Amino acid sequence: MELVLIISLVLALLLGAVLVGLLDRPVAPPRGTYTELRDDDDPAPAPGGLVADPASADAPSSRPAPRHAAEAPVVQEEVQEAEVVETAPQLDRPEAAGTRLQRLRARLLKSNNVFGQGLLALLSRDRIDDDVWDEIEENLLMADLGTEPTMELVDRLKARVTVDGTRDPDALRALLREELLAMVDPSMDRRLAATRKDGKPAVTLVVGVNGVGKTTTVGKLARVLVAEDREVVLGAADTFRAAAAEQLATWGSRVGVVTVRSETEGADPASVAFEAVKTGIEEEADVVLVDTAGRLQNKANLMDELGKIKRVIEKQAPVEEVLLVLDATTGQNGLTQAKVFAEVVDVTGIVLTKLDGTAKGGIVVAIQRQLGVPVKLIGLGEGADDLAPFSAEGFVDALLAE
Amino acid sequence: MFTSLSDRLTATFRSLKGKGRLTEADIDATAREIRRALLDADVAVPVVRQFIARIKERALGEEVSQALNPGQQVVKIVNEELVEILGGETRRIQHAKTGTTVIMLVGLQGAGKTTLAGKLARLLKSQGHTPLLVACDLQRPNAVKQLQVGGERAGVPVFAPHPGVSSEFEAATGDPVEVAQAGIREANTKYHDVVIIDTAGRLGVDHELMQQAADIRAAVQPDEVLFVIDAMIGQDAVATAQAFNEGVGFTGVVLTKLDGDARGGAALSVRHVTGKPIMFASTGEGLKDFEVFHPDRMASRILDMGDVLSLIEQAEQSWDRADAEKMARKFADQEDFTLDDFLQQMQQLKKMGSLKKMLMMMPGAQGMRQQLEQFDESSIGRVEAIIHSMTPHERVAPKIINGSRRARIARGSGVQVTEVNQLLERFAEAQKMMKKLAAGGGMPGMPGMGHGGTPRKAKGKNAKKGKVKSGNPAKAAAERQALEERRSRAGGGVFGPGGGLPDMADFDPSQLDLPAGFEKYLKDR
Repeated sequence: MELVLIISLVLALLLGAVLVGLLDRPVAPPRGTYTELRDDDDPAPAPGGLVADPASADAPSSRPAPRHAAEAPVVQEEVQEAEVVETAPQLDRPEAAGTRLQRLRARLLKSNNVFGQGLLALLSRDRIDDDVWDEIEENLLMADLGTEPTMELVDRLKARVTVDGTRDPDALRALLREELLAMVDPSMDRRLAATRKDGKPAVTLVVGVNGVGKTTTVGKLARVLVAEDREVVLGAADTFRAAAAEQLATWGSRVGVVTVRSETEGADPASVAFEAVKTGIEEEADVVLVDTAGRLQNKANLMDELGKIKRVIEKQAPVEEVLLVLDATTGQNGLTQAKVFAEVVDVTGIVLTKLDGTAKGGIVVAIQRQLGVPVKLIGLGEGADDLAPFSAEGFVDALLAE
Repeated sequence: MFTSLSDRLTATFRSLKGKGRLTEADIDATAREIRRALLDADVAVPVVRQFIARIKERALGEEVSQALNPGQQVVKIVNEELVEILGGETRRIQHAKTGTTVIMLVGLQGAGKTTLAGKLARLLKSQGHTPLLVACDLQRPNAVKQLQVGGERAGVPVFAPHPGVSSEFEAATGDPVEVAQAGIREANTKYHDVVIIDTAGRLGVDHELMQQAADIRAAVQPDEVLFVIDAMIGQDAVATAQAFNEGVGFTGVVLTKLDGDARGGAALSVRHVTGKPIMFASTGEGLKDFEVFHPDRMASRILDMGDVLSLIEQAEQSWDRADAEKMARKFADQEDFTLDDFLQQMQQLKKMGSLKKMLMMMPGAQGMRQQLEQFDESSIGRVEAIIHSMTPHERVAPKIINGSRRARIARGSGVQVTEVNQLLERFAEAQKMMKKLAAGGGMPGMPGMGHGGTPRKAKGKNAKKGKVKSGNPAKAAAERQALEERRSRAGGGVFGPGGGLPDMADFDPSQLDLPAGFEKYLKDR
């Protein structure tokens, strides 16, 4: 029986190959619905849901219905005030971006200090033999730096330490700082596009795999922008995860930001994004932040969906910024994530979250180098203002601080 | 960057042939590559160090098998070691001898605990249990709601006396320990035999939350504490696992997001550091995408070697036995393969789920990823439509399909005539191939497979005839022996051909386009 099965399977797969062979010709542009957006376990979408609306791919503007909640910010404060003491009747005043990294430096120290100090201690040994270099290499690998950047850095350190021949701790610190800084590349432009261009808001799309903290990042980013006196509109295009839109709306309402969301669960995310940008244009906002559902980068249909979101947005205003949210614990797969997302939506910046644990997030070095996409923001805690602009110098100094 | 371990090893050993024993130099060279493969798969550095030391020790002095080059042989050893470590004691959930079984889920934020709770509930329900989900994640916004949705989909009741928080700005108010205890009481009164407790995600360094989890554990005395960990986690896996093991203590591990393309070295790290078995793997967003952990597959995945066993198992589950037998008979008798058979096979394949997913599981699929990504599943539907638009006679004898028939078929199925042409062309090729294959003459070149045979590749082809039709009996015998060995190890027994790692070690997917990849796959049989 097993042999039978194997043979049949082989035959079937061969047919599969024949099929795939068929695809040598250019594949027709994906049209219509994304059937896998919902699982068969899911309850059927409410009537009026947009999932099965193929027209939305091409002509969202021409479609009169259904309307999204573009009219008003979704205010949930009544509910909150009843339950929560800390909800102030007036809006929050988020902390300005400039002072954040300073405040959060302590957290960065906690998470990374051992790493920097360990490296320094190793380099300051009297004799640096192969074992010590191996240890240095392991230290770097353990920061998720990846094999290639690690070996390169070790080689450069080796060369410089041998040439300089110095054992002076301060000189070594300066040397290590220089080399680490070169890895993080301070010359990259890490500014966020947050200014209106040609009379249109700067649209920022936030993407990433599941569970990295996209919605939270959008919420926190909105606060950063509000602190910088920007007018912000949020778009809750994560229509897949239960209650994601609500979560985002709460973030928005705290700082008086409009959140555009869909009434129906499982609505077409592209149409929500479209409405959000439309609202942003109408309200003359500076920035429109669009949150998207988490998707693993190897799910082609979901990546297509993401591409569609971007295309649909661009019918109204160019997407100035695509931020890929990356969990600091992510290992080498982070590079694949960045590559695939960059192919689909042209990622312009990385947000590294959950850096307040023990993770070092070294994978961003490989991403920065291979794809030229800079880290723009880092998340250093669960607090609402714990998202800070990334600065290469500040980061490396925190690594090597005593 | 993404060349597979097998490629690099083959390159390392191109010059080394005909040696009697593995020498230290051979092993060192291989060890470097393996170390790198493991590091690229995110296996933790200390684990890699110990692992490599062990491999070196074991490999030194092993007799070189005739069928394998030294690199392959070391890989074989590595694979065996990996399977052994990963699967030392795979086990099922231990149920309480009397009363309610309590299962508690712990893990980092975003690892997928709440999603997993629903999947686990569904699995247990399908096994005849009556699970109850208890919502103890009062920390994350809307976690309770998410669990309720998951429970609803799984058809399992959710015990959630406390609404939890619905935004980041509420302080968590409820006491999860109380909720957990109340959940157990609820289960006892309503005769649920399994309780699944979903707890708040936490960072390894958060002592407060860790204490909370420990308190829940102390209060409800769970039979199983499952540590949920994301397959794409990097070097931090060790620190995290240790923190949880010391802070809460867990009895088993669940690996989530294995449907991504992360190689999941964390599995090895966690197993190695904590000694706790990996029990389940979560492979998708649907409630059904959840399976028992297979150590041998994970080993192949960590080493980037493909995963045929899963494929065959899946086929076994969903294929119609009679159909499969009919097909095999036809194949053996070298009968003509008709479009009807084609259609039938297509439908069988569709039953197995996403064709793309299956193709991905093939050895060497890593290299074809790009092409596979672009594969549009809906084209299967088009092919089906084309065949459905043919008359029964046409399906049996495609030769009669002339120009006007083609035009009719194209009209009937709503495609261009060129697509019909292409299908027929490909089909004719497939038919020819089947015949040759059945006759045992090996595979004729598939079209589009114009890559020249490098010496290495040629060698690979010879060494890889799973069907033992090779001209060299000694070689074939040795190879068969290697397969046999591996077969008994894998425990999967009968599916040996699929698990023939030594064969796969020679795969060179990056140089092949898709059909060629399949050709090699076929040769494995």
